[in-house]
Amino acid sequence: MTAETTLEPVANPRASFFRRLPVVSHFNKSVGLQRFMLVVGLVLTGIFLLTALAAPLLAPYGFAQLSDVDGSFPTQQAPGGKHLLGTTVGGYDVLSRVIWGTQTALLVIIVAVVLSIFAGVILGLVSGYIGGWLDRILVVVADAIYAFPSLLVAIVMAIVISGGQSSLFGGILAAAISITVVFIPQYFRVIRAETIRLKAEPFVESAKVVGASNIRIMTRHIYRNATRTLPLIFTLNASEAILTLAGLGFLGFGIEPSSAAEWGFDLNKALADTTSGIWWTGLFPGLAIVWTVLGLTLVGESINDLNDPRLRGRKRTNRKGAAAAAPAAPDGSGTATELSNP
Amino acid sequence: MTTLIDAPPSDADALLPPKKKQAGGGLGQYILVRFLLIFPTILILVTMVFFLMRITGDPITAAMGGRLPPEQLQERIHAAGYDRPLIAQYFEYLGQLVTGNFGTTLSDNRKVSEMLTTYGSATLELSINALIVALLVGIPLGMVAAHRRDHLPDAVLRILAILFYATPVFFAGMLLKLVFSVWLGWLPVAGRAGTRTELSLTALEAPTGIYWLDALRSGNTAAFSDVMSHAVLPAVALGLLTAGVFLRLVRTNVIGTLGKDYIEAGRSRGVSEFRLVTKHAYKPALIPIITVMGLQIAVLLGGAVLTETTFEWKGLGFQLANYLTARDFVAVQGIVVLLAVIVAVTNFIVDIIAALIDPRVRY
Repeated sequence: MTAETTLEPVANPRASFFRRLPVVSHFNKSVGLQRFMLVVGLVLTGIFLLTALAAPLLAPYGFAQLSDVDGSFPTQQAPGGKHLLGTTVGGYDVLSRVIWGTQTALLVIIVAVVLSIFAGVILGLVSGYIGGWLDRILVVVADAIYAFPSLLVAIVMAIVISGGQSSLFGGILAAAISITVVFIPQYFRVIRAETIRLKAEPFVESAKVVGASNIRIMTRHIYRNATRTLPLIFTLNASEAILTLAGLGFLGFGIEPSSAAEWGFDLNKALADTTSGIWWTGLFPGLAIVWTVLGLTLVGESINDLNDPRLRGRKRTNRKGAAAAAPAAPDGSGTATELSNP
Repeated sequence: MTTLIDAPPSDADALLPPKKKQAGGGLGQYILVRFLLIFPTILILVTMVFFLMRITGDPITAAMGGRLPPEQLQERIHAAGYDRPLIAQYFEYLGQLVTGNFGTTLSDNRKVSEMLTTYGSATLELSINALIVALLVGIPLGMVAAHRRDHLPDAVLRILAILFYATPVFFAGMLLKLVFSVWLGWLPVAGRAGTRTELSLTALEAPTGIYWLDALRSGNTAAFSDVMSHAVLPAVALGLLTAGVFLRLVRTNVIGTLGKDYIEAGRSRGVSEFRLVTKHAYKPALIPIITVMGLQIAVLLGGAVLTETTFEWKGLGFQLANYLTARDFVAVQGIVVLLAVIVAVTNFIVDIIAALIDPRVRY
């Protein structure tokens, strides 16, 4: 996540384009447990994506459907029969809402991450490159937001954007922007740190000497180099976006059940059911959250470990080597503090 | 929510005057600069929260709009001063904050600052309990994972840590409730204590508000066990979330120190592996844990809002959720600002502790 972990190029520059793609290059470098975790993460994430794309085909009913040709759905019906995962207190089909929920989650991830990368990268580049007072003010503001419980930031933003009431796109946009505000400081810090490091590199100086404008240096020379960590932050933030969305929904700031299916909201409604032993209304939306976050985090974690030569396992060089899958020896320069908090 | 990747240190260092680096800078100067940095942090958050919440309109319309006739609404807005220029309101608000006045709630006409004394202790108790669970689970498991690096225990523990992180607090709480309260009937479903215990504890002289402390002081064992049985599930739900972070942190740092020369030297002297991990490698690895603990305070408070709602634990977070539902944004703003102050102050304290332990932290 920090400058130190990225100094080593992620992929062999001479390899084919396909083999240099972020996840593919990481896969080829991985071994043993790390490969296992990466593969599990990719499978979980892949199923999540497929479900989101094929939701209209997979879901037996609509997310807001309360009745079919046979009449109204029963409420709080146990799993089985027509409703594989049962029905909720409001009479919604649990399975359908879990499946449609993937679409809401995916939309929020995309909007939130795209917006925060956009804003965070621009602010980080400008702040790091120009420096001075602008930089100091932005750092203090970013630090203040970063130190604050992110859920509370998201709540304040949700109040501002939608006043708490929301339609489908209003709700998704409100949730996404709330999450964006939480993430901007993270992208900002990473990009700013990289920019400051790169600013001192000889190639930036030579670009200045040949007369490149500041904007050109920022957008071409530094931008290309400073954004290599983004795939990692992307996957980790995607999982955080899901958790924040669910948290907002759980507190009643989610999307109305008639506009879209949202797992956090369903869990909120299921809270009262738990006490009377009705488990299916809460269990399945909750598992859907865990599934998605787990998948995305496993991918992100694996990329992080594989980017860091000290954490990366090495392929066995000698089959009768002393230890199984000899771990990479920590290099002398990394102190305890640097390992966790460079 | 938490960042699973170990959080980068504060960029606030960049703000310290550069000449201090050469001069070495005394501890006193560090504490002073760090202390002064609290104020801009709080000011920025207060300013942002204030203006953001007012973009959408005045709080009275938000809370009462549609329920009161327009004339009456206007009257109340005028009486509360919400029709004055925003900037005048802002400075008045800042002035009130300095004197400790965080505003009065609209829905039930209570002082927000009073809420801190009534509900703050409940949140504090929950956070302490959760932190204890997190440390008890996270640190030993992290050491095991580091010691058995790249073997089965390590693999299982690392996946467990990610699983802890991937489970939302309220879902974990719901599952715990379902299993231990509803199905097994071992523990109470919700609340901080039974009604009788609660009454006996609030009747105490000068109660701390931290129930187990009060129960211990009164020497009432029945009350104590009642309080503890209520405290277990919320503490575990919130604690496990943070335990995953500690587990990973201890693992990475112990692995780092295990590769050091002095460990090799200890091994050659015949120090047992167990002692090497728990004493020699563990202690230097503690410093980053203390720093991250500061960052985890914010996470714990955010998680407390969700945990308290799940378990009807009557603390600040539970109140916040209630006021959110009531659309009482004066109360919401008050609690948010209150929490901002708490976070800023705890971060300051943690930074000072870190500086006292490790001189390298001081720049």
